[in-house]
Amino acid sequence: MTVTSVATPNPRREARKVGGGLLDPKQLWKSLPDALRKLNPATLWRNPVMLIVEVGAVFTTLLAITQPSWFSWAITVWLWLTVLFANLAEAVAEGRGKAQAATLRNAKKDTMARRLIGWSEGAAATQYREESVAASALAQGDVVVVEAGQVIPGDGDVVEGIASVDESAITGESAPVIRESGGDRSAVTGGTKVLSDRIVVRITQKPGESFIDRMIGLVEGANRQKTPNEIALNILLAALTIIFLLAVVTLQPMAIYAKAWQGAAPDTASFGPAGISGIVLVSLLVCLIPTTIGALLSAIGIAGMDRLVQRNVLAMSGRAVEAAGDVNTLLLDKTGTITLGNRQAWEFLPAAGVTPAQLADAAQLASFADETPEGRSIVVLAKEQYGLRAREEGLMPHATFIPFTAQTRMSGVDLAENGEVRQIRKGAASAVMKWVRDNGGHPSDDVGPAVDAISGQGGTPLVVAELAAGQPARALGVIHLKDVVKSGMRERFDEMRRMGIRTIMITGDNPLTAKAIADEAGVDDFLAEATPEDKLALIRKEQEGGRLVAMTGDGTNDAPALAQADVGVAMNTGTSAAKEAGNMVDLDSDPTKLIEIVEIGKQLLITRGALTTFSIANDIAKYFAIIPAMFAVVYPSLDTLNIMRLSSPESAILSAVVFNALIIIALIPLSLRGVRYTPSSASKLLTRNLWIYGLGGIVAPFIGIKIIDMVISLIPGIS
Amino acid sequence: MSTTTAGVIFILSLLAALAVAYRYLGDYLFRVVAAERHGRVERGIYRALGVDPDAEQSWGVYARSVLAFSLVSILGLYAFLRLQDLVFRVPDFAASIDERVFPHLAWNTAVSFVTNTNWQAYSGESTMTHLVQMAGLAVQNFVSAAVGIAVAVALVRGFARRKSERLGNFWVDLTRITLRILLPIAAVAAVLLIVGGVVQNLTDGTAATTLTGAQQHLTGGPVASQEAIKELGTNGGGFYNVNSAHPFENPNAWTDWLEIFLLTVIPFALPRVFGRMVKDNRQGYAILAVMAIIAVAGVALTNVFELQHAGTVPQAVGAALEGKDVRFGVSNSATFAAATTLTSTGAVNSFHDSYTALGGMMPIVNMMLGEVAPGGVGSGLYGMLIIAVITVFVAGLMVGRTPEYLGKKIGAREIKFASMYFLITPALVLIGVAAAMATGNWSTQLNVGPHGFSEVVYAFTSAANNNGSAFAGITVNTPWWDTALGLAMLLGRFLPLIFVLGLAGSLARQAPVPASAGTLPTHKPLFIGMVVGVVVILVALTFLPALALGPLAEGL
Repeated sequence: MTVTSVATPNPRREARKVGGGLLDPKQLWKSLPDALRKLNPATLWRNPVMLIVEVGAVFTTLLAITQPSWFSWAITVWLWLTVLFANLAEAVAEGRGKAQAATLRNAKKDTMARRLIGWSEGAAATQYREESVAASALAQGDVVVVEAGQVIPGDGDVVEGIASVDESAITGESAPVIRESGGDRSAVTGGTKVLSDRIVVRITQKPGESFIDRMIGLVEGANRQKTPNEIALNILLAALTIIFLLAVVTLQPMAIYAKAWQGAAPDTASFGPAGISGIVLVSLLVCLIPTTIGALLSAIGIAGMDRLVQRNVLAMSGRAVEAAGDVNTLLLDKTGTITLGNRQAWEFLPAAGVTPAQLADAAQLASFADETPEGRSIVVLAKEQYGLRAREEGLMPHATFIPFTAQTRMSGVDLAENGEVRQIRKGAASAVMKWVRDNGGHPSDDVGPAVDAISGQGGTPLVVAELAAGQPARALGVIHLKDVVKSGMRERFDEMRRMGIRTIMITGDNPLTAKAIADEAGVDDFLAEATPEDKLALIRKEQEGGRLVAMTGDGTNDAPALAQADVGVAMNTGTSAAKEAGNMVDLDSDPTKLIEIVEIGKQLLITRGALTTFSIANDIAKYFAIIPAMFAVVYPSLDTLNIMRLSSPESAILSAVVFNALIIIALIPLSLRGVRYTPSSASKLLTRNLWIYGLGGIVAPFIGIKIIDMVISLIPGIS
Repeated sequence: MSTTTAGVIFILSLLAALAVAYRYLGDYLFRVVAAERHGRVERGIYRALGVDPDAEQSWGVYARSVLAFSLVSILGLYAFLRLQDLVFRVPDFAASIDERVFPHLAWNTAVSFVTNTNWQAYSGESTMTHLVQMAGLAVQNFVSAAVGIAVAVALVRGFARRKSERLGNFWVDLTRITLRILLPIAAVAAVLLIVGGVVQNLTDGTAATTLTGAQQHLTGGPVASQEAIKELGTNGGGFYNVNSAHPFENPNAWTDWLEIFLLTVIPFALPRVFGRMVKDNRQGYAILAVMAIIAVAGVALTNVFELQHAGTVPQAVGAALEGKDVRFGVSNSATFAAATTLTSTGAVNSFHDSYTALGGMMPIVNMMLGEVAPGGVGSGLYGMLIIAVITVFVAGLMVGRTPEYLGKKIGAREIKFASMYFLITPALVLIGVAAAMATGNWSTQLNVGPHGFSEVVYAFTSAANNNGSAFAGITVNTPWWDTALGLAMLLGRFLPLIFVLGLAGSLARQAPVPASAGTLPTHKPLFIGMVVGVVVILVALTFLPALALGPLAEGL
């Protein structure tokens, strides 16, 4: 028996999610203490760009104390704000995870475990004894018993019994799920609650390394490691920072020379015979180094993980999320991912001399007691196509239902009408044909070809036959059962193709059936009659060609393939082996989510790239603000570069610094939400992002700095 | 025909000739570097060197070979120069103290020629004997060019190979490039130059009576042979002090055309080799397009600024002819100036120091671009590919994938090498200029203010980028300048070269990712535009403050 939990959205889960991307100003306020704590250089050294800003801020603070002026204090304050805003971005991103971690911690209460000593499979109750220990004292391999109402003390596999378990603490899903020994639904998670029955669980976790512990660590980002692309980007940003540091530091001797030569130029507070003032140099440096992306980089990474968590997917590492964006090949299981879980009645093919309605009626009658999804789909199809009202079992007192058995390979109904019995049978073609012949009938000539045709298309033919009193049995026709491809799948796969991702359908079906469904769903390729070994070999082959592969799986035999795949998404309903092997766990156990995961991975990378481009493009406008402000006093001709016509040199420099700080705050929501991503080709994506973030990055600061300058120039007592 | 029309025809015919050369010379270069068989002479050389020509090298070994060869070259040339000064010096030859080859000048010159810079802190015709010119400097003109091409080819192999540790054999590349590419073309070019009127003899010179009746010593020498490789190998070290402005080096407009053609032909043809080796000619065209766009813009802007002849004196005179030879006129001089600084040649047919402020800024900017359009022989291609890698990195993130160029992933290791490459030159220029300003090593009394500052910026930009042309005006044959510029040339050549080979090594190791619709196409106009943008923006951001205090302060 397999029971699948039916995923129904419930209010509780919705409540658990943290706001879907829009930044709540309250959150900024709440994160302020964290942001202040992060000013500690020991914390900030992980972010070299912001560390330089902080060092600059300390330097200007000293200068402002020794030579106070409104300008030096204004710059100093805004430099500190720049660092603070960067910390705030990170703190807000982390804050969302913390809320989730708090919920999880509640599930991790100290429970007592009932450990069984001497238990072995099939052992009688007298052969082992029970003792009570703290859950935290459980070791790997210990066996515990859990009964209704008790909390499972640790991660493990059910080795005896079956129970319904409330896993809402982890999945946010309140509908209970069934966990049983053996098979693919044996894994239980510590902190979840047994609602009925009794199970014996063998603990598989090491103490302190439970699934919930890992989840808490992941959502809090406590042991967040930089991902490969993040490291590479950091190197590029560091190189740019060094270049700008050099450009600014080496400027001083050049400026002193210029000043000495233009002896007639008036001395100002920012540019005297000793060169440019420290305040101005630090301002120039902070404006040039890529502070925008430097400030938001870690927030982008945390938010990317968080977006997955909000979709109930746990990535075991940021590396996996990034790999998801790079995936070239998606392996998708047919059942449940591409098609609905079960085959469904598609059409009625009546035999000669039988009307479709007659066949539908007979098929419906034969299927009333059939509670399988296939059986129900026949009832529904008959109702939809021929308006045959579903008749309740109880309303047909004269009917005797014949259940399906593996021996007869058919099911049906015996109807007692007016003292005569009419038998209707429905089932596998060969079995029903035999039944017809055994009861003196001859299958009509068109049934055989219809059966073959359906098989050829990859469908399943069910033959319907009847035996009325005094007549030979006759075949009424064939029901065409087929896999129904989920709606919208073809469009999704077309999208994937535009993104350059190849989709491969994995199925246990024969190649003929597989091909029919693959064609219908629009996947690029399929692997038929797939064994776990085939799957693993396919992944290896794809990787050999330099491709990255993503797949989902739940069974223990999926574990090697999950481990081999670059992105292996294990279903939460799956075995602990599968969950251990994959690098992501989908708490909703929805295989279709793989596609969303890929999109989230891409969005994460795009957000980084777009903000890097924006950050660098910003520098152009800042130069046009700062260079004339610095040098026009010595070389008046350089005022030509002041194309924004900023009101005064001080105001120009301050405006650039203020813009530089404010843009961080302005972009926090974007970095948390990620830039808009619509699946399309690389060229289209690049064109779009280049226009928005490249051109936008050039233009925005011209406008922003000008506006800030206009505001500053209105403040009385300034310039 | 107005000077502008003549200038336009000059440029267009050059472009046409270069376009033809891209295809045919490019294919020939590809065949040379990809060849399997060794010539008889080559085998002899390998035996003499003790090299197994079929054993390929890892990037580390390749880099060590390049460095070892260059070190030996520097030491050899240094010894040769000092030997000339101490032993072979003809008594009347070194009459003036300025014409001695002191250790600091010998160091500077040795480094200068081995690094393909050919910065000359001396006057060729008076300081160097014919023997040194032919056996010392000319040899380095060949092999330093070959080293550049070899390293570029090694980088391209990094892109082309899959899961390999090997980048080729430096000694084989060096030998083949010298014997099969540089020597034959230089020989033909030398003959053409002789036909055009360039001198080629071994005389000490002739005495001539000038129009005013004064006596003048006209130095002769093996000029044409030197001139050909000087341009072809983007070396730029003139036989004469005034370089290609000297009528014996560059007698008329068509030799001028030929010289510009020679100094740009290999750099422009190398992208073809790239396209052929990675088995996708479109990639070669894309790199060529980036080079061509920047080059045409550089040439056009230099022409525009010079033809506008801003400034008090040029406006009064009606043309910016100071420092230019009427043989060439304003436009052809400007084109030569742009071409020589867009490549790493540094030969000059006019005096950049005398250009208008903004016209004179253009050669500086051209060099600051990293000499990638088309750049020096080899160094232009590898410089441009580094920029392309950085562009791919940022652009690749924007399409939502780990960036990849030709299927090779640009990860932390690759971006580290690329970043260090583009850090080096700006660092050398900025630190050098700042050091000169801080230590008071600037111009003479005549050249002060923004223009004097520009001269210093020019000197370090030229040295660090291995260009070799100068704004003059500064007395650079002093221990401070010889040492500082020598260091700038040395580090500006070999550090980037190590990083290029390191990048090549880590690229070669990768198995390429097959291209798909999700891959950033690197042959489309969008990408070409982005690379151009990255070149310009990175340079503008790095050097704008320095430029503001120099040419911009003077010219705006």
